[in-house]
Amino acid sequence: MKDINSDLLIDKTETVISIDGLHKSFDDLIVLNGIDLKLYRRENLTVLGRSGSGKSVLLKIIVGLLKPDKGEVIVLGKHLGRLDTAELNTLRLRIGFSFQSSALYDSMNVFQNLAFPLVMNIKGISKNKVQESVEEVLSAVALSEKIFQMPAELSGGQRKRIGIARALITKPEIMLYDEPTSGLDPITSVEIIDLINEVQHRYNTSSIIITHDLTCAKNTGNRIAMLDDGKFLKVGKFEEVFASDDERIKGFFNYNFIE
Amino acid sequence: MKMINPDKRKYLFSKKIDSQLTDIYSGFKFTTQFFKEAFRKPFYFKETVNQCFEIGLRSLGLITITGFIVGFVFVKQSRPSLESFGATSWLPSLMGIASVRALGPLVTALITAGKVGSGIGAELGSMKVTEQIDAMEVSAINPFKYLVVTRVVAATVSIFMLALYCDFVELLGSYMNINSAEGISIPTFLRNAFSSLSFLDLITNIVKAVTYGFTIGIVGCYKGYNASQGTRGVGMAANQAVVLAIFLIFLEEFIIVQVVNWIRYL
Repeated sequence: MKDINSDLLIDKTETVISIDGLHKSFDDLIVLNGIDLKLYRRENLTVLGRSGSGKSVLLKIIVGLLKPDKGEVIVLGKHLGRLDTAELNTLRLRIGFSFQSSALYDSMNVFQNLAFPLVMNIKGISKNKVQESVEEVLSAVALSEKIFQMPAELSGGQRKRIGIARALITKPEIMLYDEPTSGLDPITSVEIIDLINEVQHRYNTSSIIITHDLTCAKNTGNRIAMLDDGKFLKVGKFEEVFASDDERIKGFFNYNFIE
Repeated sequence: MKMINPDKRKYLFSKKIDSQLTDIYSGFKFTTQFFKEAFRKPFYFKETVNQCFEIGLRSLGLITITGFIVGFVFVKQSRPSLESFGATSWLPSLMGIASVRALGPLVTALITAGKVGSGIGAELGSMKVTEQIDAMEVSAINPFKYLVVTRVVAATVSIFMLALYCDFVELLGSYMNINSAEGISIPTFLRNAFSSLSFLDLITNIVKAVTYGFTIGIVGCYKGYNASQGTRGVGMAANQAVVLAIFLIFLEEFIIVQVVNWIRYL
């Protein structure tokens, strides 16, 4: 669970992600309708919201998988809209993305899954260096013994951990977690929450955690942003957001909260 | 709750026709992107060779059996007609023309459209709906180049080679039948089979095989790469990859035959 001193890690003088007036629609559906957001160095920001509220779309825009209709997204000092493909790829190596479905490559074993981003991006990287990096991230997610297993042989929680390990292999400065605890039992969820906090400490990452799980939000986020109807209703400490008078926030918390 | 955009979409014709036109345009753009990416570094030779193995070598057994049966049956069914006016000696020539001009590439294309096209469509479709393609992209790997270019090149090369192999197996099948009835030797059979063929026939065979291979690869990749709607989308991608590839193969057969005949009688 969250270390109460993790707030001390945050460097509020440095913004790693800055979003201003972000809009995104799909055909007739407005998904994001004027999002403003700042993520500070070494901060964990949790974005809470109901399913289909556009949380994952926000992450996909930050990593350049989707293009916004309007608004500015600055990641690690780079304006996403002004980057060419090569520059965007260089930036992506500084961002780790943990997918909701883990998105492990079915045809590769765990070692190959983890080595793939390194081998494909670093020309002439030695086998020893690849092995060393893979072993390091596997040990960070406490799954060293699974190195030669296929994704189909892993449990849901193990797949999530390997997904996080793959995101960490390039030593990113920013981690993006898409629903890290969805579909997991409570015990495994707590393990993943602990892992997210450990990653923040061990790798000094700044993170955005997308979730609708209040336990995860409370225990991972230094700040919480409540997303609804394409806008942030409230951004602040968990207690501040929890104490909000907004009926939509109250409804969400009353329905979901597990202490 | 999502909000409805007040700026309602207007359709050029109707929703269905517009969507089909968009699909054709997307397919064209996808093919254009293939040519752009195919000649740009990096080249994933290892993955291309791996795919050649998956597509080519794994289809070899099926092509062998089918080609042999087609050759054997073709001769068996043609014999009574030729026999009625004492022209069974023409069977090797007939088979040579039929196999090289049409049957070899077409049989190979139809078999591989079912086996390879659906396989590529399902594989990429599954990768798409489970976000594996997105995962590649966020790892700064160009998924189009790694997945699509390698598979289309491998399909083109493998199906071209399979078509040549199919020609050979069809001739072998037909020889078996002819030899059992007429008892002619292999050199005589081959001399007769190739005597009626021209250089243009060989070129046509190559053009057809390459065109069909490319079509199967690009259609399979296009349908898989653009799959949506979860597991249902994967099934649809595999199915549509086969149906569209077969339709395009017959369309291309029609066009190539027209062009070749026009050249032949110039």
